[in-house]
Amino acid sequence: MIELMNQLNFAFPYIIRAMALLSIVALGGLFSERSGVVNIALEGIMIMGAFAGAWTMIIVMNNMNIPLQWNAFIGLSVGAITGMVFSLFHAFAAIHMKSNQIISATALNFFAPAFAIFTARSVTGDRALNVRLDYAISEVPILSNIPILGPWLFTNAYLSTYLAVIIFIVAYIVLYKTPFGLRLRSCGENPHAADSLGVNIYKIRYAGVMISGALAGLGGVMFVLSFSTRFDGAVAGFGFLALAVLISGQWKPIRLILIAFLFALFRVISEIPDELVGIRNLNLPQEIWRMLPFIATLVILAITSKGSAAPRAVGEPFDAGKR
Amino acid sequence: MDYVIEMIDITKEFPGIKANDQVNFKLKKQEIHALLGENGAGKSTLMSVLFGLYQADEGHIKVRGQEVDIRNPNDANDLNIGMVHQHFKLVHNFTVTENIILGSEDTKYGMLTYQNARQKIKELSDRYKLKVNPDAKIEDISVGQQQRVEILKMLYRQAEILIFDEPTASLTPQEIEELMKILKGLTKEGKSIVLITHKLNEIRQVADRCTILRKGKSINTVVVKDTTNEQLAEMMVGRKVVFELEKTKAKPKDTVLQVKNLSIKQKEGSKLLVKNVSFKAKRGEILCIAGIEGNGQTELVYGLTGMMPIQEGSILLKDNDITGLSIRNRSLTGLSHIPEDRQRHGLVLDFTLENNLILQNYFTSKFHHRGFLKFEAIRENAERLIDQFDIRSSRGPISLARSMSGGNQQKLILGREIDRNNDLLIAVQPTRGLDVGAIEFIHQQLIDQRDQGKAVLLVSLELDEVMNISDRILVMYEGELVGELDPSKIDEKELGLYMAGSKRGEIS
Ligand SMILES: Nc1ncnc2c1ncn2[C@@H]1O[C@H](COP(=O)(O)OP(=O)(O)OP(=O)(O)O)[C@@H](O)[C@H]1O
Ligand SMILES: [Mg+2]
Repeated sequence: MIELMNQLNFAFPYIIRAMALLSIVALGGLFSERSGVVNIALEGIMIMGAFAGAWTMIIVMNNMNIPLQWNAFIGLSVGAITGMVFSLFHAFAAIHMKSNQIISATALNFFAPAFAIFTARSVTGDRALNVRLDYAISEVPILSNIPILGPWLFTNAYLSTYLAVIIFIVAYIVLYKTPFGLRLRSCGENPHAADSLGVNIYKIRYAGVMISGALAGLGGVMFVLSFSTRFDGAVAGFGFLALAVLISGQWKPIRLILIAFLFALFRVISEIPDELVGIRNLNLPQEIWRMLPFIATLVILAITSKGSAAPRAVGEPFDAGKR
Repeated sequence: MDYVIEMIDITKEFPGIKANDQVNFKLKKQEIHALLGENGAGKSTLMSVLFGLYQADEGHIKVRGQEVDIRNPNDANDLNIGMVHQHFKLVHNFTVTENIILGSEDTKYGMLTYQNARQKIKELSDRYKLKVNPDAKIEDISVGQQQRVEILKMLYRQAEILIFDEPTASLTPQEIEELMKILKGLTKEGKSIVLITHKLNEIRQVADRCTILRKGKSINTVVVKDTTNEQLAEMMVGRKVVFELEKTKAKPKDTVLQVKNLSIKQKEGSKLLVKNVSFKAKRGEILCIAGIEGNGQTELVYGLTGMMPIQEGSILLKDNDITGLSIRNRSLTGLSHIPEDRQRHGLVLDFTLENNLILQNYFTSKFHHRGFLKFEAIRENAERLIDQFDIRSSRGPISLARSMSGGNQQKLILGREIDRNNDLLIAVQPTRGLDVGAIEFIHQQLIDQRDQGKAVLLVSLELDEVMNISDRILVMYEGELVGELDPSKIDEKELGLYMAGSKRGEIS
């Protein structure tokens, strides 16, 4: 029993981290898709965000003497802004040029890692950017001592996780309690209805894509901070995984969190099987565990996409003359 | 007398066609002004110009005497002009209230508040007798109620000039009756109304004046009560229209379709939508399934054509059991189908006219050779059918189906299905939203099919249509067949009693 508790205490912070990352990026996707623009560029945008964020943090660290968490905050902000700007390419192609949204997003996905690696190498001579420092908050005063929740949520935690919680609450309110949210959702379902009531479809869709860019960019830095401490031109498929979370979560924020938790769980089981006694005893080859999150993705998608409730107008460029 | 709207010499061109050509239209305060014209005459286009969805290439608009420039629906809104479109513009998974307030929401500290809106909606719906549940989701309410939401949307925005584009096309007779009352009530409260409709008796019932458009030109504006239906129809089509069809008595021959004990269950849930239905359709007769919308007719047809699985029973087509066959194999066995929802099930809207014409037989040797389409054959096929069925479009065989007017989309489907020369033709609401000329044409085609020894199964909600062209009527009520009637022996009133479920008869 104590053994089990220890193991849970050990695994939980990892799960929370992955879950926070997945939900933030998937939430970004949600804003874009519910405004009517498919955004499979999440992965590429994350990479750009991660790159800009990591680089900024290294520069700040080398030149300034500020507290670690402040540096993390700066990195996250720069990542978000970079993601937002980068997503504008997709927004422009998809909304103004009415191009195929899958293609313009795929272009971003190809461009981002190439650009990041090239630039990193030109600057540092190395493929990777090493952030090196450990940004984990080992414990939060008082809160860490709460039984069960203390070790799970307030030990070895990251600033970005708490940020994610706040962002999630704000996003939920924006989506469901404000005029902007109502308009955004109407643009993804029936832009002609919104248009006939004077809602500016273009503005709303730009906003949707830019929010998704900001959140994906932020997610990229979260990845660097809490998963790798270095940036080597990739984010381990988290962007695509977030898309799967978005679809399995049926484009709804609360469901999306639950699905993110499931995905995170499998992810963690695959990453640290050796540390988990019960699992080590099963004596399965490493590869099986590594495959687990992807197999789980397939299975969860297959089960949940049946009653799929994608926004009706997602992926369709808006054309006022179309009847 | 002053006008609230004056549209002067409006011209609007689409690629290949002048949808409006120097059109003049003037609306008086507090009148109901009908806009009449064939399919594709340019009625919707003219009103879209007024509502700011399209910009006129030439001409100008005056609202309450002031020259105005209406660039988008917002401008129209500011001028108190509202429009209910031919296809409703509602967000299906929003509530009634959310749909009404969208775009002009109330907020408190930046958050949405619904109190004022709810209060206002309640007042409006009491005042104009527009009963709806403000918290219901759009997808859960009937078409008639959805229309009320559209009307409330305009009233909520203080619209004084209301445009209705074919508001009755998809309503049941009862709902139409109510809408007519609502329209009258609106003018009493000071509103001015433009009503686009193809139904002359609706114009007669509520409209004060009527403007007639033909091929993009305004032909005349007349006072309704000084004009006969025949005169209206003649101005609209440009020739005399026969209201009474030439039709000989049917000579039914052998059975083509035999349905035995057919039951169909709801998609989700266990309710039976079609209950133990049995009947026969014979060569040389038009058999009509009549009933009020939502009594299982749609599902019955889905079951016959294979678009929905059946629960029990069997379907025989020319002695072949087609119960378990796929849609394509049923159609190849000898079934033609003019579907109820022409845009969803009848056409690929973004395909060209010629490609839409081969949807059912592109895979036959007529249209392909070793895996490649025969473009010449396809073009010839299209040209032949365009000619034969008078399908009008802006660019002939290469027009996109989406750009065609409703009536011509319907003629396209009709041509495709009749040309396949099958023994059974199922036509569901074949004249919904069509002008009198096109209705006459389609009715004549159905009768010709019958006379050529085909069986025609007509499903219709329109009493006139049922009474005028069918040879035998089966009435459907709550999923069951409740009466078999001979149209020459009953009147509309009696048919109505059967449809409402208050009378039952024997089925042979
Ligand atoms: N967006 C568009 N692009 C191209 N052509 C169009 C477009 N809208 C309408 N048209 C064409 O303009 C003409 C007039 O169409 P409109 O919809 O105004 O007719 P209508 O009188 O409303 O007909 P119906 O009674 O069938 O609704 C038609 O020939 C139609 O094909
Ligand atoms: Mg029209």
